[in-house]
Amino acid sequence: MLRWIVWRDLMLAWRRRADMLSTVFFFVLVVSLFPLGIGPETQLLRTIAPGVVWVAALLASMLSLGRLFANDYQDGTLEQLLLTPQPLFLVVLGKTLAHWIVAELPLVLIAPLVGVQFDLRSETLWILFVSLLVGTPVLSLIGSVGAALTLGLRGGGVLISLLVLPLYIPALIFGAGAVEASVMGTSPSAHLSLLGAFAIVSLLFSPWATAAALRISLE
Amino acid sequence: MSPGTFVQLTGPNGSGKTSLLRILCGLLPPAEGEINWEGANIRSLGEEYVAQVTYLGHRHGIKDELTGVENLRISNAVNGVSVSKERAHEVLGQVGLAGRESLPARLLSEGQRRRVGLARLLVCNTKLWLLDEVLTSLDKGAVSLVRSLIENHLDGGGIAIVATHQELELSGGRTKRLELTT
Repeated sequence: MLRWIVWRDLMLAWRRRADMLSTVFFFVLVVSLFPLGIGPETQLLRTIAPGVVWVAALLASMLSLGRLFANDYQDGTLEQLLLTPQPLFLVVLGKTLAHWIVAELPLVLIAPLVGVQFDLRSETLWILFVSLLVGTPVLSLIGSVGAALTLGLRGGGVLISLLVLPLYIPALIFGAGAVEASVMGTSPSAHLSLLGAFAIVSLLFSPWATAAALRISLE
Repeated sequence: MSPGTFVQLTGPNGSGKTSLLRILCGLLPPAEGEINWEGANIRSLGEEYVAQVTYLGHRHGIKDELTGVENLRISNAVNGVSVSKERAHEVLGQVGLAGRESLPARLLSEGQRRRVGLARLLVCNTKLWLLDEVLTSLDKGAVSLVRSLIENHLDGGGIAIVATHQELELSGGRTKRLELTT
């Protein structure tokens, strides 16, 4: 049943490809504006690259979070999903996984390419890829809590950012920290381990929190 | 309520028909009292109770981007009922959508979307049907289809609770009316 929910959301995303592409284009554009604005100062670019790429990834995920439950809420399918004979956290997990595949995975894959603009070495690009691969599930998982809490509210988009961005800070620090360590030539493994631990903690807690928030939003 | 019971909820707008149905399916907690199913509170039964219920809300629960067949198959699959493609085509034919099974739902008219929702009633094997304003924007043929669906359901020992403004008279005078007031 979990796979049906993932399959359903992937199919819906495919039928509305423009939404998915807008997130990717936003990410690529924001990251590309920095080298253009700063000019060819390679040392400075290398220093700011980890923070810029990670912050752009956080902001890009904000764009897609509003849609995570809102469309299903409007056409009544979310009610139906709540009334399926399976634990709600599984439904939430399926939708979050689909969100990660649709909205975050493209960013992870394209990040090494946009990272080239910052004159990063190939090992650093690899660490950038790994840190995003480990860290972006956190964005989907914690973001789903915010999306569920702001469901059906006017101006929910801004509210999601206010709720969720502070919670992203640990992921930002450790994710960007790992890349920074690699830029400095030290080992990024400590940062990556902490990032992984944070991902596991959010995997354990956020589906339940999201499920509870959805029940409240749909009452 | 015993098997084979049909209740029609009537009452003016805002009298709480939808709220009652949402309480009955467990989406809303009751302000007081409790809902029991086979002697146990539905809150404690949880998924076991939900597996016995089909709720059609006044929002269709149809995805505009998916075709009729996909809507039907997916909405059943997440409920643990697998429907083959052939069966989905057959059922959509039965509700009068033959030839339109593979159109995205956004191209269908309001009444046709309702019919896609009704197709779920043909494939689900739940005991309790909670139908909210199912007759809205349906033509005469579809209304009699709903009537026969409900009659078959009751004959099989099911229970149906329907909120509607239109009269829904079943054969054999089995209709109980519950009128809500504001």
